[in-house]
Amino acid sequence: MMNVLLAVEVAILWKAMLILFIIGILAAVVLYFIAKKFHVEEDPRIDEICALLPGANCGGCGYAGCRNLAETAVKRGTMEGCTCPGNTKENNAKIAQILGVDAGETVPKVAVVRCQGSCTNSPAKVSYDAAESCFFANSLFAGEGLCPNGCLGCGDCVHACNFHAIHIDPETKLPVVDETKCVGCGVCAKSCPRGVIEVRPKGLKDRRVYVACNNKEKGAVAMKNCKAACIGCGKCVKACPFEAITVENNLAYIDPAKCKMCRKCVAECPKNAIVAVNFPAPVAPKPAPAPKPEAPKAETDKPAAAEPKPEAPAAPEKTENTQPE
Amino acid sequence: MSENRIKELAGELAVEISKEIKNEVKHLGKKTFNMGGVHPEANKFAHSKSVETFDLPDQAVVYMTQHLGAPAKPVVQVGDKVKVGQLVGEANGFVSANIHAPISGTVTKIDAIADITGYKKPAVVIKREGDEWDESIDTSEEIVREIKLGKEEIIARMKDRGIVGLGGACFPTHIKYMLKPEQKCEYLIINAAECEPYISTDNRVVLERTEQCIIGIEIALIASGADQAVIGIEDNKPNAIAKLTEAVHGHPKIRVQPLRIKYPQGAEKQLIKAITGRSVPNGALPISVGCIVNNITTMYVLYQAVQKNKPIIQAYTTVSGKSLPLEKCKNFRIRLGTPIRDIMNAVGIPEDTGKIIAGGPMMGKAVANMDACAGKGMSSLLFLSEKEAKRGPVSNCLRCGKCVEGCPMGLEPYLLHALSDLQRYEDCEKNGIMNCIECGSCQYICPSNRPILDYIRVGKNKTGAMIRARAAQNK
Repeated sequence: MMNVLLAVEVAILWKAMLILFIIGILAAVVLYFIAKKFHVEEDPRIDEICALLPGANCGGCGYAGCRNLAETAVKRGTMEGCTCPGNTKENNAKIAQILGVDAGETVPKVAVVRCQGSCTNSPAKVSYDAAESCFFANSLFAGEGLCPNGCLGCGDCVHACNFHAIHIDPETKLPVVDETKCVGCGVCAKSCPRGVIEVRPKGLKDRRVYVACNNKEKGAVAMKNCKAACIGCGKCVKACPFEAITVENNLAYIDPAKCKMCRKCVAECPKNAIVAVNFPAPVAPKPAPAPKPEAPKAETDKPAAAEPKPEAPAAPEKTENTQPE
Repeated sequence: MSENRIKELAGELAVEISKEIKNEVKHLGKKTFNMGGVHPEANKFAHSKSVETFDLPDQAVVYMTQHLGAPAKPVVQVGDKVKVGQLVGEANGFVSANIHAPISGTVTKIDAIADITGYKKPAVVIKREGDEWDESIDTSEEIVREIKLGKEEIIARMKDRGIVGLGGACFPTHIKYMLKPEQKCEYLIINAAECEPYISTDNRVVLERTEQCIIGIEIALIASGADQAVIGIEDNKPNAIAKLTEAVHGHPKIRVQPLRIKYPQGAEKQLIKAITGRSVPNGALPISVGCIVNNITTMYVLYQAVQKNKPIIQAYTTVSGKSLPLEKCKNFRIRLGTPIRDIMNAVGIPEDTGKIIAGGPMMGKAVANMDACAGKGMSSLLFLSEKEAKRGPVSNCLRCGKCVEGCPMGLEPYLLHALSDLQRYEDCEKNGIMNCIECGSCQYICPSNRPILDYIRVGKNKTGAMIRARAAQNK
């Protein structure tokens, strides 16, 4: 009895397998002809360029993801206006080769946080207890330290970054940019409701001098809110031999194109609002005819800057970076 | 705070309710809106305290942004002498309102000064010298019953005297009454619901200034051309209902409608639904269903503006909260521009204060900057206890649907929260995020303490920007 049943079942199994096999063959033939008939001609260069892009779909270029950028670049046949800001120089050169154009000079960029309103510099006067969203906090109040232009510390930039290059320092409650991961796409700067983050050229040997403050209030008010606020006193403007610094709305700004990184302004700033990062610790190698006390000043600023300390000695490895004029 | 003590205080009310009035009120029945709503603890600690006049401040900071819309333009110079009720800020734009000097003295500064959020707003600082009133204002206590002005003159007076809605939003009142020729106002709805917990100023104004309120409604009836006025009032104010029912005798166009307690009864669309049964279409104004909604305190200031030429120079503010002792929960008449710190010093800041809120606990704003000053819309100053102020730990959404049940606009808050978090603003728009009235019922009722409204506000803001950008592009 058992054997008979088993034999019947095996027969059914064979039959089913045969039917499925035939259906499979038929479907393959139909699909083959359909694929031939409706074949979409696509430029093979799009795929090639796509492979050379970071593939994070961050949107920093202004297009809807990497493929959209590749399509636009191929369609226009140029890299002008459709260059990935976060791509490496080599990959950009390869893309230019594929397109048959000149890659042009691309300056590597990095995001810098222009706020030092940490728990010590701008102590919290009120506490925030709502959704962890800078955009929302910005619509509610001026911030825990009551600086209406400073970092809110809710981490919209952290969520926006597709490269995991930003994290909030638990001690200072300020965002910290990991320079090795940051590609300078600028998505964080767009996500910040207060424009605290700026994308600046990486600089020669990754060295940068910038004003780490976003204050637009008058000096006296700013001083009350934060110990490290730029008060727009203009001392740095006078100190700068290259006319690279301008003061607008009580806030100094260092033009990266004009700055020669002499760091005279760093020493001059009474509020330590100007920071110099990645400069070697002991003495500046640059032809800076500054007096001695300047160098230790720059050194003291260093931990305050949005940089992890061990990064500084690693800098010489990247000397091939193009110089920002 | 023991419940017995609250009941004891409520019993002190000196209003005598006659049997006939009691019967009459019974026959009025109770109504409410049909969809959603929550029942927060009423906590009306200052319910039975009469309104006291707060001391005049030595210096007043008069913000130019005490209303919805464009900030007013200062029309005084530093060093000018001003009298109480003199114009200091002129309406600057269609949606804007005039601002008047709340105290007499010298203008010492015209600058941007931080308001309760900590952001700088244009303001005029006046240093007080005596209390000299502008001559055009009738400062007598006498009630003026005869209404001399016509429709157009009343609306012009509203605009001139800077009347704004004192229900919370501070929308310039005269705009509501500027009807297009094809629009017809059938109902003038007076909001005395006062559904926000703690706040009791509307109740006190009704009890203490009943006749003036009714005259104010008569004025608004002339201005709107409405057939009838209905005062919507929640039934936790039996004395006010009785007093109003008595007062509307002899005013055939005005009637009182008691409402069942439910938050947000005082919201425009919900009140219209509760009283007339009409639904305001999405994105439309109440006038599209023939209604104009105004707060009862607005009616009182309208009476003052039209009959006494008095602008808004005072805020009616309930100072209350669980961390305050009961005897310090009071209602105040506060001159605009009085520093919040003065009020705090007057009542003494209790030890366990966790949060200070200006406006109601459901829709008000937390005071981030204690050096800010009172504005027109500050209907309460609440001192919440540490325990009350803290939000609970946020956990995952249970899909319990309580927020959907609680939403008075029939939205799906949990979905809008998620879509806003994912930055899918087109989907937010499809799911009606722009209809949200930000009443906070969803967040209040959420058992997981999720910040639903916070994210809906973000989404609403960004969706609004998206819609405006699209409209600009299509142009």
